[in-house]
Amino acid sequence: MKQYLLSIYQPDGDPPPPAVLEPVMAELGKLNDEMKAAGAWVFAVGLHPPSTATVVRDRDGDAVLTDGPFTEGKEHLGGFTVIRAADLDEALSWGARVAAVLAPLAIEVRPIA
Amino acid sequence: MTENGIEQVYRAEYGRAVAVLIRHFGDIDLAEEAVQEAFAVAVPRWTEDGVPPSPAGWIITTARNRAVDRLRRESTRSGREAAAVREWAAGVAVSAESEALAGGGATGKRVEDMADDQLRLIFTCCHPALAPAARVALTLRLLGGLTTGEIARAFLVPEATMGQRLSRAKGKIRDARIPYRVPHDEDLPDRLGAVLAVLYLIFNEGYAASSGPGLTRDDLAGEAIRLTRLLVALMPDEPEARGLLALMLLIEARRPARTTAEGDLVVLADQDRTLWNREHITEGQALLRDCLRRGRPGTYQLQATINAVHADAADAAATDWPQILQIYDHLTAVAGGPVVALHRAVAVAEVHGPALALAVVDGLEGLERHHVWHTVRADLLRRLGRKEAAVAAYGKAAELTANPAERRYLERRAAGF
Repeated sequence: MKQYLLSIYQPDGDPPPPAVLEPVMAELGKLNDEMKAAGAWVFAVGLHPPSTATVVRDRDGDAVLTDGPFTEGKEHLGGFTVIRAADLDEALSWGARVAAVLAPLAIEVRPIA
Repeated sequence: MTENGIEQVYRAEYGRAVAVLIRHFGDIDLAEEAVQEAFAVAVPRWTEDGVPPSPAGWIITTARNRAVDRLRRESTRSGREAAAVREWAAGVAVSAESEALAGGGATGKRVEDMADDQLRLIFTCCHPALAPAARVALTLRLLGGLTTGEIARAFLVPEATMGQRLSRAKGKIRDARIPYRVPHDEDLPDRLGAVLAVLYLIFNEGYAASSGPGLTRDDLAGEAIRLTRLLVALMPDEPEARGLLALMLLIEARRPARTTAEGDLVVLADQDRTLWNREHITEGQALLRDCLRRGRPGTYQLQATINAVHADAADAAATDWPQILQIYDHLTAVAGGPVVALHRAVAVAEVHGPALALAVVDGLEGLERHHVWHTVRADLLRRLGRKEAAVAAYGKAAELTANPAERRYLERRAAGF
């Protein structure tokens, strides 16, 4: 079995109102349970907004800090799920399920080395 | 055996041998290198002694032994390849399968296995997780046996660029573990559609750029036909695969009439139809009859039907345009879209006159960057006597086409008033 990272990209700014968000999160919870039952689920997290991120670089032994996320842009990583799958087709079919729950957000499926 | 004969064996057997070796070793590069080495051994030997009874079996056995030798030398390799080495050590690597083939004793089952391998490889090369340009390049490389340089020349990109495109695609197949199998039934229609799209893209590249630099451009259409023929043999119950082959043959039949000796474009209405390849037309029409009988017409079958109607007409005036318009209506229902609507407008002009057709064309959106839209408009404007507008539209079309022969044709039309 191989592991894949399913990254969820979402636009910056305020999250949708609870009336929209709650049923989506409930669906996502159900999908996570389904992944667990299938033995595919490894790990999943949601992240605080990119404005809470700090970038650390080493400069001659000193940690240099920069406020904000590493990449510029209007969309950032909002959370991710690590799954176990036999091949890319299986990983993509889980990715498609996540994308369906979170539409119109994009899900990046990437193999873990 | 002549060099030309060996070249034919190479074209026919390269993809088959690579497909079998990929299944055995799970490594595309290893499979390719081993098959190339096997052909390098075969050329002097076959030139001297003649071709063995089953060249495919000979190549596969030799390539497999080469691959195993290589793996033994590179003992640091891990995983599946190490397993392959252990298998070899146990004395089973050179299996009865290829031995039987080398001796000319191929059983139906073994041949079937090899066919399955080729089909798996087609679906891997055309996997939707790969970029369309990468699918095309991989298909030509692994199934067609074209060199990286030949593919690069055919697509007018530097060889280094094509090399990177291929190695990136092979890296993704390996690291993301794109499966090597025929898709499950529920995915098959979509995935087969992706395969057919790749084959048609290869064909069109050969069709549209007939005036490109020598050798390879025309060969692309021939290669697309060869690969589609292979797909039809592997999936005989898929009417759209058959429909695509019919479509390619019916279009390819017109190639001799499509350009003048000077390389200038001759449009369908002006072509000398005695130059059309009757063999291709007969085969295309027979394929089409066969797949239409199955009652599942798709876009390729319908497009082939339109081309078959053209093939039936002894001259342009004898074209059954009402029937073509009817087929376009059917095609619109199956796969509507602005490009289909644009081609349908050409039939509308013939049946209902250019004024109505122009209204249809002007009502289409999103085609301003598409040279065919301007060409169709220009022809309609010319027929309506609106000279200035026609000249401007021909000029715009000439500006947008990437094909030099087509550009010269359009410029001649624009200057022809």
